[in-house]
Amino acid sequence: MDVIVDLFSNFWVALLGKILLVALMIPLVGMVIGFAEMKLSAKMQNRVGPYFAGGRWGWAQLIADGVKFFQKEDLIPADADRPVFKTAPIWVLVGTVALFVVIPFGPDLIFRDLSVGIFYALAISSISTIGVLMAGWSSANKYSLMGGLRAAGQLIAYELPLVLAVVGSVILAGTMSMTGIVEAQIEAGYPYIVVQFVGFGIFMVAALAELTRIPFDMPIAESELVMGYLTEYSGFRFLFFFLAEFANMFTLSAIAVTLFLGGYWLPGLSETQLAYLGPIILIAKVFVLVFAMIWFRWTFPRFREDQLQTLAWKWLIPLALANILVTATLKVVL
Amino acid sequence: MTDTSRQIPGAGMLKGLWVTLSTMFKTIFLPQKHLRTVNYPKVKETPVPRARGVIALDQEACTVCMLCARQCPDWCIYIEGHKEEQPPDKPGGRIKVRAELDRFDIDYALCMYCGICVEVCPFDALFWSPEYEYSEQHMGDMLHDKERLQDWLKTVPDAPALEK
Repeated sequence: MDVIVDLFSNFWVALLGKILLVALMIPLVGMVIGFAEMKLSAKMQNRVGPYFAGGRWGWAQLIADGVKFFQKEDLIPADADRPVFKTAPIWVLVGTVALFVVIPFGPDLIFRDLSVGIFYALAISSISTIGVLMAGWSSANKYSLMGGLRAAGQLIAYELPLVLAVVGSVILAGTMSMTGIVEAQIEAGYPYIVVQFVGFGIFMVAALAELTRIPFDMPIAESELVMGYLTEYSGFRFLFFFLAEFANMFTLSAIAVTLFLGGYWLPGLSETQLAYLGPIILIAKVFVLVFAMIWFRWTFPRFREDQLQTLAWKWLIPLALANILVTATLKVVL
Repeated sequence: MTDTSRQIPGAGMLKGLWVTLSTMFKTIFLPQKHLRTVNYPKVKETPVPRARGVIALDQEACTVCMLCARQCPDWCIYIEGHKEEQPPDKPGGRIKVRAELDRFDIDYALCMYCGICVEVCPFDALFWSPEYEYSEQHMGDMLHDKERLQDWLKTVPDAPALEK
């Protein structure tokens, strides 16, 4: 046991271990959420869903899909900007991987407790936007280009309410550190959703739009743009985008849970119990939010482009600003 | 009763959410009643008697008139035949000529199941069969010959009784 502890006290070994853990977590989380989406959407439409792969419940469906993607030819269009086209999926995935750094899975279980944790998370999540733009521009395809442009317009528009919604919790906690925000909620004795329900609502709507999921999937609107910026991608590059979407559902939900739902904390548990149960509690809360995202996807139709921008600029941003104003005033007054 | 979803803003969205959620739980807990699909290779649905599964051929009835091949919009029916002389019915009578079918192939990779050939056949040699399990690994293997088409004749359901 001591040998292992000694080994991991070495910075580089610990770094390698952490990188491996995150690298394993993304496909795992992606597969679990992808499978949940397949099964739940099937049930919502009176279908069985995948049931054949793996013998029971079709549990191996996503593994089979992954193997299928690896077997496929890696097609690159003749007119494509090859280096940009090739690296775009990596940027999208990097934005997701980097988000795992600041998610507190327990009181001590965090890859790096940055003092500007939430700021870092919001900044790093915009890297994916660059990847999406690169994919749209480099494909040399009109559908990809239109998809990329729509994605740029949408992601920039919804980045604002996302950031502004977070400010309420930061004001209440008085810190930007992710563990600091959770500890402030433990100290207060209630999760911030009780007072920041407006912020939570705005954050979730903006997060759905950031994920370009239905009802905000205008950039990849199948009926108009084939698959938007993903049109020309195939094989494992497509798999990267696919994984990034599902892993991003997890990370954005985890940030929402940390900021508004008390993170790894559950009332009535002691410090030592939290240390062990923390990750389970966090993941359980995350999956409730992920379920809501899947539920919305299979219920609502797609927004029109102008309605989508109207929602962001005319409703969410003023509402988020009003929320900040009220929160700050009450914080000072009370 | 008035439609409340038009009066309260957002009520329609909640209604929609309720529909998907209740459907999900119904399908999970009462699959016998609410599941609309079956686990195909393990469980099979019986097609309706007049299902357009595959076109069957009665070789005896065919006179190689080529009407079906000419009417086919996809030109997916290939027919070849020759004429054979038959002995006269009574001695000294006229020699009869009978058309013999050599080849009758339907390319199901091309067929669009319009049923014009079945409609147009003047000798009732073509029939719709509800059989549907004849997929192949290669597209070329979808060309089925007259023996295969004859086999499917067994699966053709009896014609419904005439109306009085």
